[in-house]
Amino acid sequence: MSSETIKFKGLKQSIFKDKVMEILPDGGNLNLCLTCGACSSGCPATGLADMDPRKFLRMASLGMDEEILNSEWAWMCTMCTRCVYLCPMKIDIPGLVFNVRRSWPKDKQPKGIRGSCEVAQKNDTCSAMGTPEEDFQFVVEDVLEEYQEAQPEFRKMQAPLNKEGAMYFLNQNSREPVTEPDEMVPLWKILHSVGADWTYGTKGWAAENYCLFCADLEGWEHIVRVKAKAVDDLGCKYWLNTE
Amino acid sequence: MKIKFTVQDPCQLVRKSFGDPVAEDLRYTVKAVVGEENFIDMQPNRSNNYCCGGGGGFLQSGLPDARRGYGKFKFDQIIKTGATYCITPCHNCHAQVHDIGEHYEGKYETLHLWTLICLSMGILGPNEREYLGEDLKEVLVFHPESAM
Repeated sequence: MSSETIKFKGLKQSIFKDKVMEILPDGGNLNLCLTCGACSSGCPATGLADMDPRKFLRMASLGMDEEILNSEWAWMCTMCTRCVYLCPMKIDIPGLVFNVRRSWPKDKQPKGIRGSCEVAQKNDTCSAMGTPEEDFQFVVEDVLEEYQEAQPEFRKMQAPLNKEGAMYFLNQNSREPVTEPDEMVPLWKILHSVGADWTYGTKGWAAENYCLFCADLEGWEHIVRVKAKAVDDLGCKYWLNTE
Repeated sequence: MKIKFTVQDPCQLVRKSFGDPVAEDLRYTVKAVVGEENFIDMQPNRSNNYCCGGGGGFLQSGLPDARRGYGKFKFDQIIKTGATYCITPCHNCHAQVHDIGEHYEGKYETLHLWTLICLSMGILGPNEREYLGEDLKEVLVFHPESAM
Protein backbone atom coordinates (compact mmCIF):
# COMPACT_ATOMS: atom_id res chain seq x y z
CA MET A 1 0.00 0.00 0.00
CA SER A 2 1.04 3.60 -0.52
CA SER A 3 2.79 5.35 2.35
CA GLU A 4 2.15 8.80 0.94
CA THR A 5 -1.17 10.55 0.49
CA ILE A 6 -2.10 11.31 -3.08
CA LYS A 7 -2.06 15.06 -3.48
CA PHE A 8 -4.93 16.01 -5.70
CA LYS A 9 -4.63 19.37 -7.42
CA GLY A 10 -8.14 20.67 -7.74
CA LEU A 11 -10.99 19.37 -9.84
CA LYS A 12 -10.09 17.85 -13.18
CA GLN A 13 -12.13 16.38 -15.95
CA SER A 14 -11.53 12.62 -16.14
CA ILE A 15 -11.15 12.50 -19.90
CA PHE A 16 -9.47 9.12 -20.08
CA LYS A 17 -11.99 7.31 -17.92
CA ASP A 18 -14.93 8.77 -19.87
CA LYS A 19 -13.37 7.62 -23.12
CA VAL A 20 -12.88 4.11 -21.75
CA MET A 21 -16.48 4.03 -20.52
CA GLU A 22 -17.67 4.64 -24.07
CA ILE A 23 -15.83 1.50 -25.15
CA LEU A 24 -16.56 -0.94 -22.34
CA PRO A 25 -19.88 -2.82 -22.24
CA ASP A 26 -22.23 -0.95 -19.90
CA GLY A 27 -19.43 1.52 -19.31
CA GLY A 28 -17.54 -1.14 -17.36
CA ASN A 29 -19.40 0.12 -14.27
CA LEU A 30 -16.42 2.40 -13.69
CA ASN A 31 -18.47 4.98 -11.75
CA LEU A 32 -19.92 2.49 -9.27
CA CYS A 33 -16.92 1.98 -6.97
CA LEU A 34 -17.85 1.80 -3.27
CA THR A 35 -14.13 1.99 -2.35
CA CYS A 36 -14.51 -1.20 -0.31
CA GLY A 37 -11.09 -2.49 -1.37
CA ALA A 38 -12.06 -6.11 -2.02
CA CYS A 39 -10.26 -5.82 -5.36
CA SER A 40 -6.98 -4.70 -3.84
CA SER A 41 -7.05 -7.09 -0.89
CA GLY A 42 -7.30 -10.06 -3.26
CA CYS A 43 -4.87 -8.93 -5.95
CA PRO A 44 -1.29 -10.21 -6.19
CA ALA A 45 -0.35 -7.01 -8.05
CA THR A 46 -1.27 -4.85 -5.04
CA GLY A 47 1.80 -2.94 -3.92
CA LEU A 48 3.72 -3.31 -7.16
CA ALA A 49 4.80 0.08 -8.55
CA ASP A 50 3.14 1.64 -5.49
CA MET A 51 -0.25 0.84 -7.00
CA ASP A 52 -3.29 -1.37 -6.51
CA PRO A 53 -6.55 -1.88 -8.44
CA ARG A 54 -8.69 0.41 -6.27
CA LYS A 55 -6.09 3.18 -6.37
CA PHE A 56 -5.78 2.81 -10.14
CA LEU A 57 -9.54 3.13 -10.57
CA ARG A 58 -9.84 6.02 -8.12
CA MET A 59 -7.03 7.88 -9.86
CA ALA A 60 -8.83 7.42 -13.18
CA SER A 61 -12.03 8.72 -11.59
CA LEU A 62 -10.21 11.76 -10.22
CA GLY A 63 -8.93 12.61 -13.68
CA MET A 64 -5.31 11.76 -12.91
CA ASP A 65 -4.94 10.65 -16.50
CA GLU A 66 -1.27 11.41 -16.82
CA GLU A 67 -0.35 9.46 -13.70
CA ILE A 68 -2.22 6.28 -14.66
CA LEU A 69 -1.07 6.47 -18.26
CA ASN A 70 2.54 6.72 -17.10
CA SER A 71 2.43 4.00 -14.46
CA GLU A 72 4.12 0.74 -15.37
CA TRP A 73 1.48 -0.97 -13.26
CA ALA A 74 -0.69 -1.32 -16.37
CA TRP A 75 1.85 -3.99 -17.41
CA MET A 76 1.96 -5.62 -13.97
CA CYS A 77 -1.77 -6.26 -13.74
CA THR A 78 -2.31 -9.53 -15.63
CA MET A 79 -5.96 -8.70 -16.36
CA CYS A 80 -6.85 -11.97 -14.62
CA THR A 81 -10.29 -10.54 -13.65
CA ARG A 82 -10.21 -11.80 -10.06
CA CYS A 83 -11.03 -8.23 -8.95
CA VAL A 84 -14.17 -8.25 -11.10
CA TYR A 85 -15.11 -11.64 -9.66
CA LEU A 86 -14.85 -10.23 -6.12
CA CYS A 87 -16.30 -6.79 -6.77
CA PRO A 88 -19.86 -6.21 -5.46
CA MET A 89 -20.38 -3.74 -8.31
CA LYS A 90 -18.64 -5.86 -10.97
CA ILE A 91 -16.36 -3.01 -12.01
CA ASP A 92 -14.23 -3.87 -15.02
CA ILE A 93 -10.81 -2.69 -13.83
CA PRO A 94 -9.00 -5.05 -16.27
CA GLY A 95 -10.94 -3.34 -19.07
CA LEU A 96 -9.57 -0.03 -17.85
CA VAL A 97 -6.05 -1.50 -17.72
CA PHE A 98 -6.41 -2.87 -21.24
CA ASN A 99 -7.27 0.59 -22.53
CA VAL A 100 -4.41 2.18 -20.62
CA ARG A 101 -2.07 -0.27 -22.37
CA ARG A 102 -3.68 0.65 -25.65
CA SER A 103 -2.86 4.30 -25.00
CA TRP A 104 0.86 3.63 -24.66
CA PRO A 105 2.81 4.58 -27.79
CA LYS A 106 3.89 1.41 -29.56
CA ASP A 107 7.58 2.23 -29.21
CA LYS A 108 7.19 2.63 -25.43
CA GLN A 109 5.35 -0.66 -24.88
CA PRO A 110 7.39 -3.57 -23.47
CA LYS A 111 9.61 -4.79 -26.29
CA GLY A 112 9.01 -8.48 -25.64
CA ILE A 113 5.27 -8.13 -26.07
CA ARG A 114 5.36 -5.57 -28.87
CA GLY A 115 7.98 -7.52 -30.83
CA SER A 116 6.07 -10.80 -30.54
CA CYS A 117 2.89 -9.09 -31.74
CA GLU A 118 4.69 -7.71 -34.78
CA VAL A 119 6.55 -10.91 -35.68
CA ALA A 120 3.32 -12.94 -35.53
CA GLN A 121 1.71 -10.69 -38.15
CA LYS A 122 4.50 -11.23 -40.69
CA ASN A 123 3.68 -14.87 -41.27
CA ASP A 124 0.49 -16.86 -41.83
CA THR A 125 1.62 -19.33 -39.16
CA CYS A 126 0.97 -16.54 -36.60
CA SER A 127 4.04 -17.74 -34.70
CA ALA A 128 5.42 -15.12 -32.32
CA MET A 129 8.80 -16.79 -32.78
CA GLY A 130 8.55 -16.26 -36.54
CA THR A 131 8.56 -19.97 -37.34
CA PRO A 132 7.55 -20.47 -40.99
CA GLU A 133 5.21 -23.14 -42.36
CA GLU A 134 7.92 -25.43 -43.72
CA ASP A 135 9.87 -25.45 -40.43
CA PHE A 136 6.79 -26.45 -38.45
CA GLN A 137 5.96 -29.17 -40.97
CA PHE A 138 9.54 -30.47 -40.88
CA VAL A 139 9.66 -30.68 -37.08
CA VAL A 140 6.27 -32.37 -36.77
CA GLU A 141 7.03 -34.97 -39.46
CA ASP A 142 10.54 -35.59 -38.19
CA VAL A 143 9.48 -36.09 -34.57
CA LEU A 144 6.53 -38.27 -35.56
CA GLU A 145 8.70 -40.57 -37.67
CA GLU A 146 11.23 -40.88 -34.87
CA TYR A 147 8.55 -41.95 -32.38
CA GLN A 148 6.80 -44.30 -34.80
CA GLU A 149 10.08 -46.19 -35.09
CA ALA A 150 11.23 -46.01 -31.47
CA GLN A 151 7.87 -46.94 -29.95
CA PRO A 152 6.26 -49.55 -32.26
CA GLU A 153 2.94 -49.49 -30.37
CA PHE A 154 2.59 -46.02 -31.89
CA ARG A 155 3.64 -47.00 -35.42
CA LYS A 156 0.20 -45.97 -36.67
CA MET A 157 0.04 -42.74 -34.69
CA GLN A 158 -0.43 -39.65 -36.87
CA ALA A 159 0.20 -35.94 -36.42
CA PRO A 160 -1.80 -34.78 -39.43
CA LEU A 161 -1.07 -31.52 -41.20
CA ASN A 162 -3.84 -29.83 -43.20
CA LYS A 163 -6.19 -32.79 -43.00
CA GLU A 164 -9.40 -31.60 -44.62
CA GLY A 165 -12.62 -32.18 -42.74
CA ALA A 166 -10.95 -33.23 -39.48
CA MET A 167 -13.16 -32.80 -36.43
CA TYR A 168 -10.56 -30.83 -34.43
CA PHE A 169 -8.08 -28.18 -35.54
CA LEU A 170 -5.37 -28.09 -32.87
CA ASN A 171 -3.19 -25.09 -32.12
CA GLN A 172 0.30 -25.47 -30.69
CA ASN A 173 2.37 -22.98 -28.72
CA SER A 174 5.55 -22.12 -30.68
CA ARG A 175 7.76 -23.13 -27.79
CA GLU A 176 7.24 -26.86 -28.35
CA PRO A 177 8.17 -27.20 -32.02
CA VAL A 178 10.97 -24.64 -31.65
CA THR A 179 12.63 -25.47 -28.33
CA GLU A 180 11.27 -28.75 -26.90
CA PRO A 181 9.66 -30.83 -29.67
CA ASP A 182 9.45 -34.00 -27.55
CA GLU A 183 6.81 -32.24 -25.46
CA MET A 184 4.39 -32.41 -28.42
CA VAL A 185 4.37 -36.20 -28.31
CA PRO A 186 2.37 -36.93 -25.11
CA LEU A 187 -0.52 -34.89 -26.49
CA TRP A 188 -0.36 -36.78 -29.81
CA LYS A 189 -0.41 -40.05 -27.90
CA ILE A 190 -3.50 -39.09 -25.94
CA LEU A 191 -5.30 -38.00 -29.12
CA HIS A 192 -4.24 -41.22 -30.85
CA SER A 193 -5.32 -43.39 -27.92
CA VAL A 194 -8.82 -41.93 -27.81
CA GLY A 195 -9.18 -42.08 -31.60
CA ALA A 196 -9.59 -38.34 -32.05
CA ASP A 197 -9.96 -37.03 -35.58
CA TRP A 198 -7.67 -34.00 -35.47
CA THR A 199 -5.23 -31.96 -37.48
CA TYR A 200 -2.64 -29.20 -37.31
CA GLY A 201 -2.63 -26.57 -40.02
CA THR A 202 0.59 -25.30 -41.55
CA LYS A 203 -1.18 -21.94 -41.54
CA GLY A 204 -2.45 -20.56 -38.26
CA TRP A 205 -0.98 -23.30 -36.08
CA ALA A 206 0.61 -21.07 -33.44
CA ALA A 207 -1.53 -20.73 -30.35
CA GLU A 208 -0.15 -17.49 -28.93
CA ASN A 209 -1.46 -13.99 -29.65
CA TYR A 210 0.65 -11.24 -28.08
CA CYS A 211 -1.28 -8.46 -29.80
CA LEU A 212 -3.95 -9.06 -27.18
CA PHE A 213 -1.45 -8.17 -24.46
CA CYS A 214 -0.35 -4.87 -25.99
CA ALA A 215 -3.97 -4.08 -26.82
CA ASP A 216 -3.21 -3.79 -30.51
CA LEU A 217 -6.77 -4.29 -31.73
CA GLU A 218 -5.91 -4.43 -35.43
CA GLY A 219 -3.07 -6.91 -34.91
CA TRP A 220 -5.17 -8.98 -32.55
CA GLU A 221 -8.03 -9.18 -35.03
CA HIS A 222 -5.66 -9.94 -37.91
CA ILE A 223 -4.17 -12.91 -36.07
CA VAL A 224 -7.55 -14.29 -34.99
CA ARG A 225 -8.85 -13.97 -38.56
CA VAL A 226 -5.84 -15.73 -40.10
CA LYS A 227 -6.25 -18.61 -37.66
CA ALA A 228 -10.03 -18.81 -38.04
CA LYS A 229 -9.62 -18.86 -41.83
CA ALA A 230 -7.15 -21.74 -41.54
CA VAL A 231 -9.72 -23.68 -39.53
CA ASP A 232 -12.53 -22.83 -41.98
CA ASP A 233 -10.45 -23.59 -45.07
CA LEU A 234 -9.89 -27.13 -43.81
CA GLY A 235 -13.57 -27.48 -42.90
CA CYS A 236 -12.81 -28.43 -39.30
CA LYS A 237 -15.66 -28.43 -36.83
CA TYR A 238 -13.81 -27.42 -33.63
CA TRP A 239 -10.85 -25.17 -33.02
CA LEU A 240 -8.82 -26.28 -30.01
CA ASN A 241 -6.50 -23.73 -28.47
CA THR A 242 -4.29 -25.08 -25.70
CA GLU A 243 -3.22 -21.68 -24.41
CA MET B 1 4.38 -43.67 -3.56
CA LYS B 2 2.44 -41.12 -1.50
CA ILE B 3 3.35 -38.27 -3.85
CA LYS B 4 1.03 -35.27 -3.54
CA PHE B 5 -0.25 -33.26 -6.49
CA THR B 6 -1.97 -29.91 -6.69
CA VAL B 7 -3.41 -28.15 -9.72
CA GLN B 8 -3.31 -24.59 -10.99
CA ASP B 9 -6.67 -23.35 -12.28
CA PRO B 10 -5.71 -21.21 -15.29
CA CYS B 11 -7.56 -17.87 -15.23
CA GLN B 12 -8.13 -17.99 -18.96
CA LEU B 13 -9.66 -21.46 -18.90
CA VAL B 14 -11.63 -21.21 -15.65
CA ARG B 15 -12.56 -17.73 -14.39
CA LYS B 16 -12.48 -16.02 -17.80
CA SER B 17 -14.00 -18.75 -19.99
CA PHE B 18 -15.83 -21.82 -18.71
CA GLY B 19 -16.09 -21.22 -14.97
CA ASP B 20 -16.29 -23.78 -12.16
CA PRO B 21 -17.69 -26.64 -14.29
CA VAL B 22 -14.42 -26.89 -16.23
CA ALA B 23 -12.49 -26.70 -12.93
CA GLU B 24 -14.48 -29.78 -11.87
CA ASP B 25 -13.65 -31.54 -15.15
CA LEU B 26 -10.01 -30.74 -14.51
CA ARG B 27 -10.17 -32.26 -11.02
CA TYR B 28 -12.01 -35.32 -12.34
CA THR B 29 -9.14 -35.93 -14.77
CA VAL B 30 -6.36 -35.19 -12.30
CA LYS B 31 -7.88 -37.39 -9.58
CA ALA B 32 -8.43 -40.22 -12.06
CA VAL B 33 -4.77 -40.01 -12.98
CA VAL B 34 -3.04 -39.54 -9.60
CA GLY B 35 -5.62 -41.09 -7.26
CA GLU B 36 -8.04 -39.01 -5.21
CA GLU B 37 -6.05 -39.48 -1.99
CA ASN B 38 -2.98 -37.94 -3.63
CA PHE B 39 -4.68 -34.75 -4.73
CA ILE B 40 -4.77 -31.57 -2.67
CA ASP B 41 -6.34 -28.25 -3.67
CA MET B 42 -4.71 -24.87 -3.25
CA GLN B 43 -6.69 -22.30 -1.29
CA PRO B 44 -8.43 -20.37 -2.77
CA ASN B 45 -9.16 -22.27 -5.97
CA ARG B 46 -11.38 -22.69 -9.03
CA SER B 47 -12.89 -19.36 -10.17
CA ASN B 48 -11.46 -17.71 -7.06
CA ASN B 49 -7.90 -18.82 -7.72
CA TYR B 50 -5.02 -16.37 -7.90
CA CYS B 51 -3.42 -15.70 -11.25
CA CYS B 52 0.10 -17.18 -11.35
CA GLY B 53 1.53 -13.89 -12.62
CA GLY B 54 2.48 -15.22 -16.03
CA GLY B 55 -0.66 -13.97 -17.76
CA GLY B 56 -1.35 -10.80 -19.71
CA GLY B 57 2.10 -10.90 -21.28
CA PHE B 58 3.87 -10.47 -17.91
CA LEU B 59 6.41 -13.18 -18.85
CA GLN B 60 7.51 -11.14 -21.87
CA SER B 61 7.16 -7.66 -20.38
CA GLY B 62 10.78 -7.28 -19.27
CA LEU B 63 9.68 -6.75 -15.64
CA PRO B 64 10.99 -9.93 -13.97
CA ASP B 65 11.22 -8.49 -10.43
CA ALA B 66 7.61 -7.33 -10.45
CA ARG B 67 6.50 -10.59 -12.07
CA ARG B 68 8.21 -12.66 -9.39
CA GLY B 69 6.84 -10.38 -6.68
CA TYR B 70 3.39 -11.08 -8.06
CA GLY B 71 4.22 -14.78 -8.32
CA LYS B 72 5.14 -14.97 -4.63
CA PHE B 73 1.38 -15.25 -3.93
CA LYS B 74 1.20 -18.32 -6.13
CA PHE B 75 4.43 -19.76 -4.76
CA ASP B 76 3.21 -19.51 -1.15
CA GLN B 77 -0.15 -20.98 -2.15
CA ILE B 78 1.55 -24.02 -3.72
CA ILE B 79 4.01 -24.50 -0.82
CA LYS B 80 1.15 -24.44 1.71
CA THR B 81 -0.44 -27.48 0.04
CA GLY B 82 2.70 -29.52 0.75
CA ALA B 83 2.39 -30.97 -2.77
CA THR B 84 5.59 -31.81 -4.64
CA TYR B 85 3.95 -31.48 -8.06
CA CYS B 86 1.95 -28.58 -9.43
CA ILE B 87 0.00 -29.45 -12.58
CA THR B 88 -0.38 -26.48 -14.93
CA PRO B 89 -2.83 -27.01 -17.80
CA CYS B 90 -1.86 -23.71 -19.47
CA HIS B 91 1.33 -22.71 -21.24
CA ASN B 92 1.76 -19.37 -19.47
CA CYS B 93 1.07 -20.91 -16.06
CA HIS B 94 3.60 -23.66 -16.72
CA ALA B 95 6.38 -21.19 -17.55
CA GLN B 96 5.60 -18.91 -14.60
CA VAL B 97 5.01 -21.60 -11.94
CA HIS B 98 8.22 -23.31 -13.05
CA ASP B 99 10.18 -20.05 -12.89
CA ILE B 100 8.96 -18.97 -9.45
CA GLY B 101 9.62 -22.48 -8.13
CA GLU B 102 13.25 -22.17 -9.15
CA HIS B 103 13.55 -18.53 -8.11
CA TYR B 104 12.18 -19.03 -4.59
CA GLU B 105 13.75 -22.49 -4.36
CA GLY B 106 10.53 -24.35 -3.74
CA LYS B 107 10.59 -28.13 -3.54
CA TYR B 108 8.04 -28.79 -6.23
CA GLU B 109 8.00 -29.74 -9.91
CA THR B 110 5.80 -28.15 -12.58
CA LEU B 111 3.98 -30.51 -14.91
CA HIS B 112 1.96 -30.34 -18.09
CA LEU B 113 -1.23 -32.37 -17.72
CA TRP B 114 -0.33 -34.37 -20.85
CA THR B 115 2.82 -35.69 -19.15
CA LEU B 116 0.88 -37.05 -16.22
CA ILE B 117 -1.88 -38.61 -18.33
CA CYS B 118 0.66 -40.50 -20.44
CA LEU B 119 2.64 -41.54 -17.36
CA SER B 120 -0.48 -43.02 -15.81
CA MET B 121 -1.28 -44.85 -19.07
CA GLY B 122 2.23 -46.34 -19.12
CA ILE B 123 3.05 -44.73 -22.48
CA LEU B 124 5.47 -42.00 -21.41
CA GLY B 125 8.86 -42.52 -23.03
CA PRO B 126 12.28 -41.57 -21.66
CA ASN B 127 12.54 -38.36 -23.71
CA GLU B 128 9.17 -37.00 -22.58
CA ARG B 129 10.13 -36.60 -18.91
CA GLU B 130 11.79 -33.19 -18.81
CA TYR B 131 9.51 -31.93 -16.04
CA LEU B 132 9.25 -35.02 -13.84
CA GLY B 133 11.19 -35.02 -10.56
CA GLU B 134 13.71 -37.68 -9.54
CA ASP B 135 10.97 -39.66 -7.76
CA LEU B 136 9.02 -40.26 -11.00
CA LYS B 137 11.73 -40.01 -13.65
CA GLU B 138 12.37 -43.75 -13.69
CA VAL B 139 8.82 -44.91 -13.05
CA LEU B 140 7.01 -46.94 -15.77
CA VAL B 141 9.35 -45.83 -18.55
CA PHE B 142 7.92 -46.73 -21.96
CA HIS B 143 10.63 -48.08 -24.28
CA PRO B 144 13.58 -47.08 -22.05
CA GLU B 145 15.99 -48.23 -24.78
CA SER B 146 14.93 -45.21 -26.89
CA ALA B 147 16.52 -42.74 -24.45
CA MET B 148 18.45 -40.00 -26.23
